[in-house]
Amino acid sequence: MAGSNDLKLLGMWASPFVLRVKLALSLKGLSYEYVEEDLRTKSELLLKSNPVHKKVPVLIHNGKPVCESSVILQYIDEAFAGTGPSLLPVDPYERAMARFWAAYIDDKMMAAWNQASKAKTEEEKAEAMKQSFATVETLEGALRDCGKGKPFFGGEDVGYVDVVLGGLLGWIRANDELQGVKPFDPERTPLLAAWAERFWSLEAVEPQMPDVSKLVEFGKMLQARQAAAGEGN
Amino acid sequence: MATDVPAVKLIGWYGSPYVHRAEVALRLKGVPYEFIRDDPINKSELLLQHNPIHKKVPVLLHGDRTICESLVILEYVDETFDGPPLLPVDPYERAMARFWAHFIDQKFARPFWMSFWMCEDDEHKEAFVKEAKGNLAILEEQLKGRRFFGGDAVGFLDVAACGLAHWLGVIEEVSGVTLVNGDEFPAFCKWAKAYVNDDTVKQSLPDRDELLAFFSGNKEIYMALARATLHK
Repeated sequence: MAGSNDLKLLGMWASPFVLRVKLALSLKGLSYEYVEEDLRTKSELLLKSNPVHKKVPVLIHNGKPVCESSVILQYIDEAFAGTGPSLLPVDPYERAMARFWAAYIDDKMMAAWNQASKAKTEEEKAEAMKQSFATVETLEGALRDCGKGKPFFGGEDVGYVDVVLGGLLGWIRANDELQGVKPFDPERTPLLAAWAERFWSLEAVEPQMPDVSKLVEFGKMLQARQAAAGEGN
Repeated sequence: MATDVPAVKLIGWYGSPYVHRAEVALRLKGVPYEFIRDDPINKSELLLQHNPIHKKVPVLLHGDRTICESLVILEYVDETFDGPPLLPVDPYERAMARFWAHFIDQKFARPFWMSFWMCEDDEHKEAFVKEAKGNLAILEEQLKGRRFFGGDAVGFLDVAACGLAHWLGVIEEVSGVTLVNGDEFPAFCKWAKAYVNDDTVKQSLPDRDELLAFFSGNKEIYMALARATLHK
């Protein structure tokens, strides 16, 4: 079906944001060409397609680029509305809730994790971890209250929030080894822990997920690089 | 018309462009609503009950539904109520509108804010001003040949960018820092004027003089915040 629905994804194997898009495309059953970018020498195509941020993922559909993972997910859902399951629900209020939680994951939860990784002193680290954990607990609450006992944030089936959070699962598992922290501890956040196992083992998901041992290696390399550079940003 | 139309209420603070986003969306759709003015220093039980996570405004109450986060509210209002569409119909155009709204709230916002409120002699100020102007140039490009970001009428992205149309001038005056001028950013200046003069938009814009007094009164706070968040 080349030509009418030509899809190309510019990505990087370790990026959780790229993974979100891969997951969405897989769940919708859409075929695409994947281009692995070397982020230290970005391709002309990447720079031309995302001049504002110069980042991956970029989805190029019939030559037109879409950037920012959450924007791409919604685009896939709307442009391919007739193909495969919908990521976002039909009801406007449920859609608003999905968008709210997706924004929470990116703006609050990830921001807290980033702070934790930048912490220099033990004290800073402890405080940052506490903040981080508070955001995870809030998300556990969302799954409990909005999910109402259903297997996914999207209900009976995977939806937008599941994909947004699911993209982070590789790094969540890798961080267990890298930082000795279980962000989705089965004792403290049992619903999220169960959700993570369930999501990872889905037929449309598992083949897309990164090799966690490779992420750990990559994470160690990044840590070493950061330490060598002296002060972090 | 149904007899049982659920009431629409909007909780907001004076002077917030995020609250304006929600108000103007409701007005563009012709939705009657009750504005509940809250106080950021003394947040009401109502606000804390309906937005326990962020404790911020705007908060839209529609019957027994609560919607928080201004851009989420915009899309909810667009999808729920009849009236002219706020977002374009075409999926690619919608993606572009969402991308640019995201840009305004994420990459654009910080250097913009910091340019105004950092001390004159702070070594970082110049870098923020440069970055802010670079971002403005990007938006200028988007406006070339268009009256509004949305085309001929005010749309989602124009509403998302409202702070740049109305609040920008006030903040420039209070801080003494001028980022925008008609020579460097002609399309942007034309857009800002068109936005604030739109008949529907006008109804929910705070009075400029009042806004000026409000920002002047808070100047020290903004400057202290800018210093405090420099290394975040």
